[in-house]
Amino acid sequence: MGLQAYLTLAAVVFCIGLFGTVTRRNTIGILLGIELMLNAVNINLVAFSRFRGDDTGMVFTLFAICITVAEVALGLAIVILLFRTRRSASADHIDWLRG
Amino acid sequence: MTSNAVVFALTALLMPAASFLIIGALPPLRRAGRVAAWFSSGCALVALVAAVLGWRAFAAAGTAEPMRAVWWWLPSVRGPLATVGVLVDAQSTTMLLLVTLVALLVQVYSTCYLSDEPAPSLGRYYALQSLFAFSMMGVVLAPNLLQLFVCWELVGVCSCLLIGYWYRKPEAARAALKAFWITKAGDVGLLIGIVLLHRLTGTFDLVELRHLAETSQIPLAGLSIITFCIYLGAMGKSAQFPLHVWLPDAMEGPTPVSALIHAATMVTAGVYLLTRTEWLFALTPQVLAIVCWNGAFTALLAAVLACVQTDIKRVLAYSTVSQLGYMMAAIGAGFAGAGFLHLLTHGIFKALLFLGAGAVIHAVGSNDVADMGGLARRMPQTAIVFLIGTLSLAGVPLFAGFASKEEVLGSVLHGGFPIPFVMLLAAAFLTAFYMFRVVFLAFFGGEGYDGGGGYEGARAQDSHDTAHHGHGVGSLAHAHDAPFIMTGPLWILAIIAMIIGVSFLVTPPHAEFESPGWLTPAAVVVALSGILLAWLTYQRRTISADALARAFAPIRRAALARFWLDDLYLALYRSVLLVFSRAVGWTDRYLVDGVLNVISAWTLDGGDRLRRMQTGKVQDYVWAVGFGLLVLMAWIGVAW
Repeated sequence: MGLQAYLTLAAVVFCIGLFGTVTRRNTIGILLGIELMLNAVNINLVAFSRFRGDDTGMVFTLFAICITVAEVALGLAIVILLFRTRRSASADHIDWLRG
Repeated sequence: MTSNAVVFALTALLMPAASFLIIGALPPLRRAGRVAAWFSSGCALVALVAAVLGWRAFAAAGTAEPMRAVWWWLPSVRGPLATVGVLVDAQSTTMLLLVTLVALLVQVYSTCYLSDEPAPSLGRYYALQSLFAFSMMGVVLAPNLLQLFVCWELVGVCSCLLIGYWYRKPEAARAALKAFWITKAGDVGLLIGIVLLHRLTGTFDLVELRHLAETSQIPLAGLSIITFCIYLGAMGKSAQFPLHVWLPDAMEGPTPVSALIHAATMVTAGVYLLTRTEWLFALTPQVLAIVCWNGAFTALLAAVLACVQTDIKRVLAYSTVSQLGYMMAAIGAGFAGAGFLHLLTHGIFKALLFLGAGAVIHAVGSNDVADMGGLARRMPQTAIVFLIGTLSLAGVPLFAGFASKEEVLGSVLHGGFPIPFVMLLAAAFLTAFYMFRVVFLAFFGGEGYDGGGGYEGARAQDSHDTAHHGHGVGSLAHAHDAPFIMTGPLWILAIIAMIIGVSFLVTPPHAEFESPGWLTPAAVVVALSGILLAWLTYQRRTISADALARAFAPIRRAALARFWLDDLYLALYRSVLLVFSRAVGWTDRYLVDGVLNVISAWTLDGGDRLRRMQTGKVQDYVWAVGFGLLVLMAWIGVAW
């Protein structure tokens, strides 16, 4: 399997993640979508690293995974707080960005 | 090098300024009233002493060259655009004497005349008096036209504030505004004239301008417009027809203020300005002719108006207008020296007459000659000094006004204006008549004038400042001479008037021309016949005042209506100015504001529509970001 296949896989995963992020009404679903997009990027990094024989990409991916864990923890905390104050975790009800 | 004369002149100029600043800046002093009064009078005394010393120092220097001290005021690349300072020459030192003398006497006199006033307003009065004196001295000593104009405007403001001293009285407030706006109308002309002159010559400086004028380096094209504009300013301040209407109304102010305005400050400023710039006017004979004709016309018109007034102050006011006409006529005839001489003598005896009238009003509690009568017995001192003033004004030999009035008449005749000369002679006759009418009615004869028929018309228009004195009409029996602090200034002025009159008889003023020999007898006969007519009419009653009134019925009716000039101004104001203002107001409200309102409404509406785009939901923004990213990528791809 060539590099092409990995990149295609990553693109597909990214699109699924984006679609989920945009269409899901549940905030946890949106978080999952974001995770998918991040992992698609990780696939890209690992694939390039493997095919170019450069370990930097691997190290960078490990680093990104760690960050992602922290980010998910933060995101979940926000969702819980949202639920507590609003009694709902639906994205439709969150429009505070409107001035 | 600054000589002594300059230092003295500066001192005289700055004393009242210091007095104004100190009284103005220290509220306790101002509210103390009486203390402020004596402080201000003290400063005026120092100013007078400095003016006398300055006059002597300049005379002792024995030079005709003006001395000056100037400081830069508006610096620009090519030297200062304007300077401030003092210009000391024979004219300004003499004028300074008059201004400081009258200012001092008026201030001392006022301490008694206004003794019933509440202390804080007395403090305000004295602060304004000081500022008035300062601004007039600023005009007198101005070395350039710009400083002259600034002080000129200050004079106008001060006169407005002092005429409206009793500002709670609607007539006084209206008279103050009238004085301000009508003189302002002339001042606009003056400002235009000064600026045009600067455009033409590139300087405001009087000495430089004089040099340019005398070496005929000033282009004559357009100069008539400039001199006429300057004359407009003098016309407003010196109450020349048709801008004289403010002066009689200015009688609403306290009588000492009237004395100051009429004798030393304000109205004399216009004549002084023309005297100062005579060399400029000499280049434009056609404007000088206008000045002369209008002066003579004003003199005659005001004399006629004075004949029908029953308010003693209004008679004096119209007599001032009339005398200012004399001065202007002399200047217009090309002999500014004669006009200036009349200005000085007139300043002395008019201050005397006004302060004397003030003493009468103070005692009787009314302005109306009908409420007076037989006062000579009750107020002998006032009667004597008032008589001296009247004889001076009438132009009787031995008294101050005689020589200067004859000079004016001679100069007008010599200048080649026979018709204005006849008008002035007629005005001289009327002057003697109306002044002695007042004297006979107020000081001689029985108590309470029987009316003489038909003077009620003028009475009804007049207002009285009775309310401001504790006396009230009908206290004629208790009328008595004022205390020394009021009679003192009167005697000083009377003595000066006598000294001037007698010394002119001994050594006639240096005339610039030869008058015909018949002039002196003619002037004396005219004055004496005016006095005789007044005596026959109001003292002996051999000529009935009623018959006289009937004989001149049309003129009398016109004079009672003030020749409908005020009505004309009112009609002009209503039909032209108000309509114009309404048109401007409509344009501003609906056209100028309308455009702005439409633009702002559009902006608000557009913003309202645009904000609907924002949902505030995160997912919509993600959509936007994703779509934007796609477009960007597509764009980059196409570019490659």
